Amino acid sequence: MADEPDYSSRVALPPRTRVAVGGARDVTEALFTSGDRKKKIQGTIFLGLLLFGLSIALIAIAAMIIWAFVAGGPRLNVNLLTNVPSIVTPENAGYRTAILGTLYVIGGVILLIVPLGVGAAVYLEQFANPANKFNRFVDLNIQNLAGVPSIVFGILGLAFIVRGPLSLGFVAAAGSLTLALLVLPTVILASREAIRAVPSSIRDGSLALGATVWQAVWRQVLPAALPGILTGVILAVSRAIGEAAPLLLVGAVTFVTFNPSFFEGGYSTLPTMIYSYAKRPQEELQVLAAAGVVVMLLLLIMINSVAIYLRNRFERTW
Amino acid sequence: MSTQVVSPGASSSGAPIRNLEAPGPRIGEKIIKAVLWATATLSILVTTGIVISLLVPSIGFFQTVSIWEFLTGTIWAPAFANPSYGVLPIVVGTLTVVVFAIIIAVPVGLSSAIYLSEYAPTRVRKTIKPILEVLEGLPTVAIGLFAFYVLTPLIRDLTPFLPWTGPFSIGVAGITVGLLIVPLVASVSDDAMRSVPRSLREGAYAMGATKFEVAVKVVVPAAISGIIAAFVLGISRAIGETMVVLLVAGAGNPVLSFDPTKGTQTMTAYIGSTATGDISQGTITYDSIFAVGALLFLMTLAMNVLAMRLVKKYREVYD
Repeated sequence: MADEPDYSSRVALPPRTRVAVGGARDVTEALFTSGDRKKKIQGTIFLGLLLFGLSIALIAIAAMIIWAFVAGGPRLNVNLLTNVPSIVTPENAGYRTAILGTLYVIGGVILLIVPLGVGAAVYLEQFANPANKFNRFVDLNIQNLAGVPSIVFGILGLAFIVRGPLSLGFVAAAGSLTLALLVLPTVILASREAIRAVPSSIRDGSLALGATVWQAVWRQVLPAALPGILTGVILAVSRAIGEAAPLLLVGAVTFVTFNPSFFEGGYSTLPTMIYSYAKRPQEELQVLAAAGVVVMLLLLIMINSVAIYLRNRFERTW
Repeated sequence: MSTQVVSPGASSSGAPIRNLEAPGPRIGEKIIKAVLWATATLSILVTTGIVISLLVPSIGFFQTVSIWEFLTGTIWAPAFANPSYGVLPIVVGTLTVVVFAIIIAVPVGLSSAIYLSEYAPTRVRKTIKPILEVLEGLPTVAIGLFAFYVLTPLIRDLTPFLPWTGPFSIGVAGITVGLLIVPLVASVSDDAMRSVPRSLREGAYAMGATKFEVAVKVVVPAAISGIIAAFVLGISRAIGETMVVLLVAGAGNPVLSFDPTKGTQTMTAYIGSTATGDISQGTITYDSIFAVGALLFLMTLAMNVLAMRLVKKYREVYD
């Protein structure tokens, strides 16, 4: 409380005496700083509550990851990756077709979202006049789309992609397209943020030297914004990998025992396969589901470390 | 770039005349701009697609079932021989999830945000924020499984006085969704609190306020519209969450009940569980998916618009 150290800490006192000395000091101090003491306790309690709240969130994350490894532990072997799904012989069942399905679906998602997302972001940040009503409407619309529940995109996929105008059927391409539309707003918003963070002097300098707007964007702004854009794309992709709800509606639920193809035949993905296993009562299948969670987490860790690496490797300050 | 060459000799008649306009029509540039415009406009097509895909089957649905019956009916039994389409049981299921999610996410998310914004040293902040982002990025299937196998038994053992029946519980589903939206609530409120100008805090300190008083009586009230926006976004996310609810609350027969210890359906769980079955197109049950989807879309849209307005409000005040 006071600036000078306590007498008791300056002199080596025997324990019995220290208590008495300390008590005497505290009482006298309390007389002169009456309000402070209450406030100090109040502040400490408050900080304790904050840390308690934060620790709930952190403990939940840790517990989940530990649980997946412990519960899935018995099945963490190569068979898990190479064998096909089965509910008849769960002890040998694996995730091969689901992993391949996820790779197909996500490959399609990446091919779609990079040009579409970055293109839209470039247009809105570099070409569009922000005062224009139509552009403001597009902007607002993208923000709203980002908040639409994923299952509603599943409905869109079912009505427009699987059936209706596109009529692709329940194939991996339909899953790709549905997930691509789901994460597209995220990619656009992230890419816009990355492009906006490039100082306008870079673009202005290029324009002043006679470059056209597109030349300035393509040769100066985009290379500078690339790490940010890539990070946004990777984070969007990792969201798409874990997404199951919309895929339930566009067909990714069947127990597929053959390797999937993009435009024909049934397909399955990791999260929907995990869900199909978990729904069933056999205990082996529950172990299998937990092991699938581990596979999915490892895949996500791999992808996210690429994002972190890119962020650190190319990060620069202007 | 330019084809105009200005030679020094040309200045004999005074200043050279420079044409600063583009030498050609720049068709390539225009095409590129048009393509980029098209990619940006795609999002409007997506929204239109969503609205059409929800609206058209819903119109078919409401020709058989009156809107009034749909919105006020208390029995949801679309697959029964004698079907009934009162949406209230699954709306109550969704609202139960939202209430429990808010009970968890508001205190946990807000205290995390206050700690990160007002108390945490930069290094702690830089470690904890990415960890919270991990929670946001975890697949919801994984979280749902964890909740079903670990959280449900745990909560059951802690509250033996509650009338638990069956393996599913809508209350636990809500609590799990609450944990799921903590990072969202925390990061949006953290952004709002960090945009409160330093001068406000320093003014309060100069008046003799403690750290606690500054956080609770100055920063939180100043950032309140952003904090409420965070809650609203959390609610919107909780309404739309599907996998956790499917796994933890089951997809059983929905009855109109406020009992959190029992399993029931929500709007999303109904869509997710019904659309996976072999359901034939053109039936009234098929159309009911879209009617429920339309209601879900409207509810989240209202929440998102509200959140955007609130965020805009604090941006206007401080940025």
